[in-house]
Amino acid sequence: MTTLTVPIDNGDSVKIAEEESQRTLYPYVTGTSIVAIKYKDGVLMASDMGGSYGSTLRYKNIERVKAIGKHSLLGASGEISDFQEILRYLDELTLNDNMWDDGNSLGPKEIHNYLTRVMYNRRNKFNPLWNTLVLGGVKNGKSYLGMVSMIGVSFEDDHVATGFGNHLARPILRDEWHADLSFEDGVKLLEKCMRVLLYRDRSAINKLQIAKITEEGVTVSQPYSLKTFWEFSSFHNPTAGAEGSW
Amino acid sequence: MFRNQYDTDVTTWSPTGRLFQVEYAMEAVKQGSAAIGLRSRSHVVLACVNKAQSELSSHQRKIFKVDDHIGVAIAGLTADGRVLSRYMRSESINHSFTYESPLPVGRLVVHLADKAQVCTQRSWKRPYGVGLLVGGLDESGAHLYYNCPSGNYFEYQAFAIGSRSQAAKTYLERRFESFQESSREDLIKDAIMAIRETLQGETLKSSLCTVSVLGVDEPFHFLDQESIQKVIDTFEKVPEEEEDAGEGEAEPEAATGAAGTGEQGGSGDQDVAPMEI
Repeated sequence: MTTLTVPIDNGDSVKIAEEESQRTLYPYVTGTSIVAIKYKDGVLMASDMGGSYGSTLRYKNIERVKAIGKHSLLGASGEISDFQEILRYLDELTLNDNMWDDGNSLGPKEIHNYLTRVMYNRRNKFNPLWNTLVLGGVKNGKSYLGMVSMIGVSFEDDHVATGFGNHLARPILRDEWHADLSFEDGVKLLEKCMRVLLYRDRSAINKLQIAKITEEGVTVSQPYSLKTFWEFSSFHNPTAGAEGSW
Repeated sequence: MFRNQYDTDVTTWSPTGRLFQVEYAMEAVKQGSAAIGLRSRSHVVLACVNKAQSELSSHQRKIFKVDDHIGVAIAGLTADGRVLSRYMRSESINHSFTYESPLPVGRLVVHLADKAQVCTQRSWKRPYGVGLLVGGLDESGAHLYYNCPSGNYFEYQAFAIGSRSQAAKTYLERRFESFQESSREDLIKDAIMAIRETLQGETLKSSLCTVSVLGVDEPFHFLDQESIQKVIDTFEKVPEEEEDAGEGEAEPEAATGAAGTGEQGGSGDQDVAPMEI
């Protein structure tokens, strides 16, 4: 927001907002769902690599999950440029943390709370960062997984999903997630969710990455695609019994 | 080291490379009543002598809780100490609010030291006239730091500041090697015995000292008078009985009911300004 600083009688000054053309009004290039779960050794997070420009699937090589410091992983859906801005904030934060060089470091809980403060403060100024963020990590053997929305709603859970994932992935996770999943089972579960999203979310593309974080560190897989099957009987004549509707 | 032509301003160097105003500020710390800190791997104990202006008044508070995991004991100008304690509380709570995590004590003392340094390099400011013993926790365990008016800070296993602190330091020097692995109870006992050293002959009573503890699983809190008296009773013998106490150096200084060495020491310090405790 551009402000004009005007001196007043007692020696102080006040700021007057000049124009508000720089507030966020709507997102432009967006990423779709993120799905993440805690498993035996840490946290697994899956996302596709698409960046939509409205209804066009414009960009197909966007990494929406990034490592933060030694102990955390951040995934984002929503406006990609805002995600990049958040990465810059966190870069500065982790840099300053490293410069202390004193054996203390910011863990996933601290970063999650920092992000909550940032998102909520922006929302209060009516200038939100248009993202839903997923923060996962492991520190001192304890796994952590949390979410912050663009209006500053923040919480922790054993499994989270953003965007369409809320509607399509959550029910699957509620039924099939359990504590101490092995790595293979965790990946299978995430792939199941991502496949449903691929079939039903029009902004999803078939190119995904799964990132893993454990006490040892972060690994982000190479992009790969899921096998799909389009010969389900309900796909054949989708409007049967409901002609004229979508 | 009094009255010379280079000591008017804090921003004036002497030809021998000293800042006299800063050194004079460190003198103010020595005039305050004693404060002692010791730490083990998991606990920090801060203790101080309760000195009152006169018999009519109560004693000033010299130990402050900064957060559940950080406490500070001061010696020198208590007003300066109070202001810095408020700063520390503020920093600590802001960090907790933003990160939902306790501020590592090592980072807090650096902030404090940087704040003190500013006052040594501005012509319109003066150095803080208070020494702070900061005890607290971070990821690697318990730590004890001493912050000077000069802006320096040091980490210690055990330390004492204020008047007659040398006696306490001598006691601590003899025993500090065992502190790292000490139990909480032994640490408290050592702190109270160190306090006794600064009293120079006066009988140690729980009303004369304040003791605080914090640890890895124990939030900062003060010990109540009863607990302190119980510890005192384990080593301080009643004047009639004359035998060696468990520690060896606890020889009762004769039957000191009414102390022959004068009262607490207030009369000896004629040039202690009223504002310094």
